[in-house]
Amino acid sequence: MKTFSWKTGMVAVVLIAAVIYILPTLVPGMWPHKKINLGLDLQGGMHLVLEVDTDKAVENTVERIIQELRGILKKEKIRYTSIERIEKIKISAAISQEYSDGFNKVLDDEFRNLRIVSKSGTEQGVNIIMDLPEDEVREIKKMAAEQALETIRNRIDQFGVSEPDIRNQGEKRILIQLPGIKDPERAIKLLGETALLEFKLLDETNSPYEAEKGTVPPGDELLYQIKVDRTTNREIKTPFLVKKQSLLTGASLADARVQIDSQYNEPYVSIKFDKKGARIFERITGENVQKRLAIVLDDKVYSAPVIQEKIGGGEARITGSFTTEEARDLAIVLRAGALPAPVKILEERTVGPSLGADSIKQGLASMVLGGILVVVFMVIYYNKAGFIADMALILNILLIAAGLAAFQATLTLPGIAGIILTIGMAVDANVLIFERIREEIAVGKTPHAAVSAGYDRATLTILDANVTTLIAALVLFQFGTGPVKGFAVTLSLGVVSSLFTALYVTRIVFDYLLLNRKLKTLSI
Amino acid sequence: MQFIKPDINIDIIGKRKIGFIVSAGFILLSIVSLIIHGGPKYGIDFSGGTVIQVKFESQVSIDKIKTGLAEMNIDKPSIQAFGDTKDHEYLIRTDMSEITEQGFSKKIQESLTNAAGSNAEVRRVEMVGPQVGQDLREKALFAMFYALLFITIYISGRFELKWLLSGVVAAALMGSVYILSLLNMSIPFLIFSALIVSLVLFWFLEFKYAMGAIVALIHDIIITVGIFSLFGKEFSLPIIAALLTIIGYSLNDTIIVFDRIRENLRKYSKNPLEVIINKSINETLSRTILTSTTTLIVVIALFVLGGGIIHDFAFALIVGVFIGTYSSIYVASPILLAWQEFGRKKS
Repeated sequence: MKTFSWKTGMVAVVLIAAVIYILPTLVPGMWPHKKINLGLDLQGGMHLVLEVDTDKAVENTVERIIQELRGILKKEKIRYTSIERIEKIKISAAISQEYSDGFNKVLDDEFRNLRIVSKSGTEQGVNIIMDLPEDEVREIKKMAAEQALETIRNRIDQFGVSEPDIRNQGEKRILIQLPGIKDPERAIKLLGETALLEFKLLDETNSPYEAEKGTVPPGDELLYQIKVDRTTNREIKTPFLVKKQSLLTGASLADARVQIDSQYNEPYVSIKFDKKGARIFERITGENVQKRLAIVLDDKVYSAPVIQEKIGGGEARITGSFTTEEARDLAIVLRAGALPAPVKILEERTVGPSLGADSIKQGLASMVLGGILVVVFMVIYYNKAGFIADMALILNILLIAAGLAAFQATLTLPGIAGIILTIGMAVDANVLIFERIREEIAVGKTPHAAVSAGYDRATLTILDANVTTLIAALVLFQFGTGPVKGFAVTLSLGVVSSLFTALYVTRIVFDYLLLNRKLKTLSI
Repeated sequence: MQFIKPDINIDIIGKRKIGFIVSAGFILLSIVSLIIHGGPKYGIDFSGGTVIQVKFESQVSIDKIKTGLAEMNIDKPSIQAFGDTKDHEYLIRTDMSEITEQGFSKKIQESLTNAAGSNAEVRRVEMVGPQVGQDLREKALFAMFYALLFITIYISGRFELKWLLSGVVAAALMGSVYILSLLNMSIPFLIFSALIVSLVLFWFLEFKYAMGAIVALIHDIIITVGIFSLFGKEFSLPIIAALLTIIGYSLNDTIIVFDRIRENLRKYSKNPLEVIINKSINETLSRTILTSTTTLIVVIALFVLGGGIIHDFAFALIVGVFIGTYSSIYVASPILLAWQEFGRKKS
């Protein structure tokens, strides 16, 4: 019988393919193909959803525009009463009457993107409120989200996590999956740091302790240096009064790496500026010899060394009694660049590796027990035909596992639950067929006719029943996240493979038994 | 072996009023429980908050854990023993969702170890911010709604060959959900109104099979949610997955009975509908019970051995298998009949 052997061949091909896909999971390294991916809940790891504060990015841009505007006005010798950021992203400028024309000219020449919201005359002059057009605001936000993703990806790459998954989620969210991470605290710190590096001059004419009491001189700000005493674990906060204006930022960095101070045997971070940065650094140090320059990262002072001489060559060092780990992380964030806006953790799920291992163990245990019970039950209920259903069941589990490996889907704990549920439901198709066959035999048909009729009449019902489950599974896949998606995947795979085994494979076995072995009675 | 003799003929349809009363009772109980508890109890996935799973080396008291948490400024934590008592494992929940920022795990590990006098291991930390919680909740509800929608389209298409009409209904529903969502209506209310609209549409378009199936599904979901509320269990993302699976499973059963009804309607067209429905349910009873048994076997295995994290999920599935099986026998099919009776009175 030609068609018969063709069918058997096809099942053999599917079986071999399944084994090929499963082998690497069972015997690691023996096959070039990939293993089944384990979800974070099974192998331990970290799932994070970050939100980029894109509003802050817009505020920063407006702030920068104000700085530029002030600079140009100073150069053009146009006096202004005040230029300030108001209502977060608007600029308010107060100009006396005599400079008003000059100011307008500067706006027309240099700041064409600024939109004038309102203009009002006062006794002293004019008050102008400006803002950025919506298109531009939207663009800034989009860029900030993209750049944040890029920066975070860089940091993680340098941190050294194998197979991280980092992607945008919606407009300003970033989804990060870090499997097998050992120190989640460190990862959060590394990812969350804005890492805005600034060089600012110290205000040495005023006392920071006076400023602490409440009066910060105009143009200054109060920042702290925080050191942790290694022996007592006590935090020491030292106040510094620095000029608000930052002379140079981390944007001009070309490289940052960890080095060890040979004298004190302490790690420090050596930084290297790009060409433009090196020139600026040389000028700053040249103009401010014997003054103190504060190295500020995210509004925290790391060190404030006295400039001994003009420094050429564009190299500097950041010291701050680091551990090697801290120094390494600092170098990473400096190399990867600053985040364009602060990020906030919206969702964090951390599963320790030991818990993951327990979950696998328990999941597999319930799978084995449930499976054995069902297998035994089927044999008791359907006698020899029960064996055929059991064979289909085992093939089913094999195919689900192979499907997971082939599609590189992720196996999660609910995913294992999905497989277990499939074991229970997979026999349903066989049950439907077997019950039909029993009915046909009861009307007095021969085994062969009963089997044919049984399959024919059950097929449509089985399809209907499974398509609906498949619909539910696909919707779950579409809307689900993380573990739930894993459940949807195994459920879908289970439905498809149970259709295949029940309608196709078991039929071949029946045909073989009835036609080739010429069985006269059916044990069902 | 056989559980049920092939020629069995239980008068299920004749006793359908009992079924309706039982269902109504359960639904009422569910609604009352939900009202008393102020709606479903959301886990951190949906309400935001933090869950910390800690394992201690030896026996500790909950009071000591509380002291340790108080040091971390965690107020009103709920502390629950988790899994086997010999594991000394606890689940700590709090509404706060911004505490995991920096150095949190390490600090909590230290302060718990100090307070309890036993080495603590933080095995799992889950933090969901309030905004994300709301997003996840909406997504989950939409998932349920779309699953119901697509399934009814499929049923009305397959069983009544009204593909075009069911497509139109689907489009109308999706459109109205979209328009209503523009009005900033709360999502549960939105989905509730969409369901009412679908039921009315099915009624007027005479989609009786779809009607029977969807009423059975809503019945199943309400009761499962009610039982969850009754037992004080929390809703999390995996539970939504379980609910959707129950939808799929219950529908499996319903469709198999419906298929039989259609087949028998053709075969014995002269018999009254109630006899045919009764016969069909009886003919498929053996299969229904068998499949429910095997499914229950594995789900109970999962419940017993699957470990704490999967416990509630397995519980939902167990409840769902029972209710799904019951509803396909006592709810979905009798609704077909209710239709006809109503029609008879009209004419």
